[in-house]
Amino acid sequence: MSAPLLQLDRVTIRFGGLTAVSEVSVSVGEGELVGLIGPNGAGKTTLFNMVTGVYQPSEGTIAFHGKPTAGLKPFEITARGIARTFQNIRLFPSLTVFDNVRVAFHLHLNHDSVHSLTRGRKFRAEERELKERTKELLDIFNLYRLRDEAAKSLPYGDQRRLEIVRALATQPKLLLLDEPAAGMNPAEKTELMKLIRFIQEKFQLAILLVEHDMKVVMGICERIHVLEYGRKIAEGTPGEVRANPKVIAAYLGKSEE
Amino acid sequence: MPPLSQRWLLAALALAWVVSAFSGRMDAYFLDVAMGAGIAIVLASSLNLINGFTGQFSLGHAGFMAIGAYTSAMITTALGPKLGWSAPLQQWLLFPASLLAGGLLAAIAGFAIGAPSLRLKGDYLAIVTLGFGEIIKVLLQNMDSVGAARGLVGVPSYTNLFWTFGAAAVTVYAVWGLVNSTYGRGFLAVADDEIAAEAMGLNTTRYKITAFMVGSFFAGVAGGLYAHLKGYLNPSGFDFNKSIEIVVMVILGGMGKHVGVIVAAVLLTVVQEPLRQLGDFRMILYSLILIILMITRPQGLFTWKTRKKVEPA
Repeated sequence: MSAPLLQLDRVTIRFGGLTAVSEVSVSVGEGELVGLIGPNGAGKTTLFNMVTGVYQPSEGTIAFHGKPTAGLKPFEITARGIARTFQNIRLFPSLTVFDNVRVAFHLHLNHDSVHSLTRGRKFRAEERELKERTKELLDIFNLYRLRDEAAKSLPYGDQRRLEIVRALATQPKLLLLDEPAAGMNPAEKTELMKLIRFIQEKFQLAILLVEHDMKVVMGICERIHVLEYGRKIAEGTPGEVRANPKVIAAYLGKSEE
Repeated sequence: MPPLSQRWLLAALALAWVVSAFSGRMDAYFLDVAMGAGIAIVLASSLNLINGFTGQFSLGHAGFMAIGAYTSAMITTALGPKLGWSAPLQQWLLFPASLLAGGLLAAIAGFAIGAPSLRLKGDYLAIVTLGFGEIIKVLLQNMDSVGAARGLVGVPSYTNLFWTFGAAAVTVYAVWGLVNSTYGRGFLAVADDEIAAEAMGLNTTRYKITAFMVGSFFAGVAGGLYAHLKGYLNPSGFDFNKSIEIVVMVILGGMGKHVGVIVAAVLLTVVQEPLRQLGDFRMILYSLILIILMITRPQGLFTWKTRKKVEPA
């Protein structure tokens, strides 16, 4: 078996006296769909923030494509091929739907501020191509019709989808989704599950999914890690995790015997 | 064939040239106000890049303007006579070179102040830039080589309609060009949500420093134009009130709006004239305008439609 795409090795982070995540090891293989679940405050989002460089782990290592990511800034990690969405949507609210996605092609640009001033032939050709690619990407998710709307004026569900589309524009190898089903009704959740599956196949990428909603996670993930109080308490297929007494205890509480 | 935006720029420059050729027949007072308005456009548009498009609240624009004004004035007054150039050569070669030098020095100052302090946000950045402006003023007040608090006299009157409106056209083009590209939309993204911008692979620090340097460059150029328009420089002219005046133009015109800010810059320059007799009470009026505007029209007076989706080349 080749080295996994993303490898967290006994990662720990402390905030003052509080150990938010303790010795957690998680791996995500190429093209794999892995779930990360756990009750509130288990450290799921903190783990995400360490993978994306928002926090630096106190101990342990994180490696992407076998290379450690310690010390990299968030934008450098995105450049390596990890894109993310946020638990509470973070679009660029005043930018249009079109520009939200267009900006995310940033890492693959051949022009910068100087070319924006000289506006030469190559610059214009690249801009035309980028507009075309943005349109294609928006079309796939049926958002092109909303291209001129400010992102903040979109309905909630569309905002969630737009955030995923924007992350895809960075052309990642690994997509981190932070509670994409939050605030959705059952019908929307079913749609979302289809969408995640579709993205995984269409864009050939690995997905690490943090989710509260058991149905969503159990429905689509190949492997699931369970966190509680910053520790990993279980790992396995949906079936194995469901049957694990520790997981049941974490979610439903222990019975008095 | 250059793209449409550059043809507009060339047309604006040509127009400034033609109008400037007839300036001999114009009323001196009118000319003075008109050139003041041109300089105001340079100042307001460049601050709009920092405060409007990139969302970094700077209160130090007068400081950058002062650096450009003194640099440029020192070049033409101290260096000019030594060169022994003819008068036209001085106005058409030495003067623009001095403007560039003033702009570059202001940009370097912009980098020096921006690099360490752009990690600060909102109010904190405003305070640092405010402090910077005051430091520049106090430094100038104590530098004997530039006349200290007495001021710098005898600056040649090289500024004319062409230079002011040429500089205004170039500034507007530069700010427009910078933000109207896929790269340039990053400035707006940084203003909207820095954390999300980083997550999309944008080096937000680089964006902010670029905005700061370009903004201060044009503030420096405006300072040079101002120096050679008034013929006299005094450090107290570049105080906190001056910075506020420029901020008001940006807010009045609408943060991150090109045309609105130009209109506001011209309007405030012209309105100032009848208010001149009020002296410092003018600032009370400014504060009132700001407060009323923030309550009733936070998007600016002259904004009538939302940002266009796809810009022309």
